[in-house]
Amino acid sequence: MGEKMKLLLAAVMVFAASVHGGSELMADETAAVNPRGQILAFSCASCHGTDGKSVSIIPSFYGKSPEYLEMALKDFKSGKRYSTVMMRHAKGYTDEEIRLIAEYYGTVWQNNN
Amino acid sequence: MGQNISRRDFSKLLFTGAAGSALGVGAFSRRAGAANSRRVVVVGGGFGGASAAKYLKKLDPSLSVTLIEPKAVFYTCPFSNWVLGGLKTMQEIAQNYAVLKNRYKVVVLADTVVSVDGLKSTVKLKSGKVVGYDRLIVSPGIDFDFEAIEGYSKKVAESKMPHAYEAGPQTVLLQKQLHGMKDGGKVIICPPSNPFRCPPGPYERASLIANYLKEKKPKSKILILDAKEKFSKQGLFTKGWERLYPGMIEWRSASTGGRVLSVDSSAMSVITEFGPEKGDVINVIPPQRAGKIAFEAGLVDSSGWCPVNPISFESLIHPGIHVIGDACMAGAMPKSGFAASSQGKVTAAAIVRLFHGDVPVAPSLVNTCYSLIGPGYGVSVAGVYKLTTDGIVSIKGAGGLTPMDADDDQLSEEATFARGWYNNIAQDIWG
Ligand SMILES: Cc1cc2nc3c(=O)[nH]c(=O)nc-3n(C[C@H](O)[C@H](O)[C@H](O)COP(=O)(O)OP(=O)(O)OC[C@H]3O[C@@H](n4cnc5c(N)ncnc54)[C@H](O)[C@@H]3O)c2cc1C
Repeated sequence: MGEKMKLLLAAVMVFAASVHGGSELMADETAAVNPRGQILAFSCASCHGTDGKSVSIIPSFYGKSPEYLEMALKDFKSGKRYSTVMMRHAKGYTDEEIRLIAEYYGTVWQNNN
Repeated sequence: MGQNISRRDFSKLLFTGAAGSALGVGAFSRRAGAANSRRVVVVGGGFGGASAAKYLKKLDPSLSVTLIEPKAVFYTCPFSNWVLGGLKTMQEIAQNYAVLKNRYKVVVLADTVVSVDGLKSTVKLKSGKVVGYDRLIVSPGIDFDFEAIEGYSKKVAESKMPHAYEAGPQTVLLQKQLHGMKDGGKVIICPPSNPFRCPPGPYERASLIANYLKEKKPKSKILILDAKEKFSKQGLFTKGWERLYPGMIEWRSASTGGRVLSVDSSAMSVITEFGPEKGDVINVIPPQRAGKIAFEAGLVDSSGWCPVNPISFESLIHPGIHVIGDACMAGAMPKSGFAASSQGKVTAAAIVRLFHGDVPVAPSLVNTCYSLIGPGYGVSVAGVYKLTTDGIVSIKGAGGLTPMDADDDQLSEEATFARGWYNNIAQDIWG
């Protein structure tokens, strides 16, 4: 990878860390949506359904509280709670990222209504 | 180095020269005064393209999003091995574009893009129609290098030795051949070298064909002639084969006679460095490269794949054009439907932010590939990816394989979750 590209990537990462919720409005989202939380949360939908609405045996997030989701993810991360695959995923996120994901799914159903 | 880059340096970088165009900000500011409804054209309605189209409209319903895909029904490669194993029907792996059209208001054109004009920002379709875009997303999947194996061709694939690496008629042909085979017959599977679509795919296929044979034709054998020295989830597959199908599946690495030099379709044989092998059913999976339109559009480098900026998947060759899915080079991410969909969402979010005059946020990408070894025996590999100055890398300590000592409960739970995953990802993309 070229040096210019590396510098650019570094710049975007620093910038990303400084993006705060509320400052950027998306057309169909409320001011509460944090763009970083949103991008982290989109990943989850591939197994848990769009907006966390599962149509299968995999648990739904829709309608669950941010506190519950944050606790569950942290327990998967620490190994306190058993799962086949979530333990492997949860380890990939910092506590702050977990909080953002939980906040996104804990409020998306309110924003939709 | 740049971890400590200042905000001022960042802005300077963003709005100058190559950095600006690599982020697409250059292209954005040129069009900043354009009409409100910005146009995104998406080429290909598979895992990457359909995800991007849906999430673009979900994020910003005011966008005009056009999806161009020739197939009215898209048969997914994921779970096509389950069809071969007799565990799913073709109907159950069929997806269509009705929800994208009706609920998300994506304009779906049943057509094929034949050329891209990057200067005029237009694509030309097979029907002759020309469609303009402000941003283009290309997700055409793979193309096969039929010339790599002497004696093999598209014609041979469609008549005698299917690759079944695009789901649809190829899957049906391979299944028909398996059904027609006598008990005691030999199935040969020839996986390609890396990189290729779905690294565990050929081995899940061997497992599920074995599942079918064990039930219906138990004297039959499967021989895997591999172009590689090792393969994805090898330990887990090998253990599963010993437990469920003892003596039925033989795997030969490239250096122990697995490398295929040519095929003879009239003799139904495969010629390796160690001599010919006759088979009753022969599944040749040729080496791969980015889908044809990526070559037509000049998005490919000498590797045969498309280099992209890992923030927004914008082409490093043509600003304004994003390449996602199997066709792009996404660092540590494998070529999977899950990865393609994850990239589609990241790209959709990046494009919406660029249209709004914002810089894309750092991407977060994920992959999980389930493989079924038997009906109640599933394994998986997971990865969580982040952006570093070296591009997209897997986060250390996260992801990884089903443990080798997983008990039967876990294996059966993973098989159940594999089914759940399919239903949810299909809904997340096309539903
Ligand atoms: C046997 C098998 C099993 C697999 N199992 C899994 C699995 O369990 N999990 C998983 O995550 N992945 C799996 N995969 C991998 C997965 O299928 C691919 O990685 C995924 O399809 C890639 O998505 P894509 O968008 O890049 O391409 P595709 O999904 O192939 O979509 C490309 C689309 O573009 C269209 N197209 C091409 N050119 C043009 C053009 N010029 N104009 C208009 N449209 C065009 C094509 O018609 C096609 O519909 C499997 C693959 C195989 C072969």
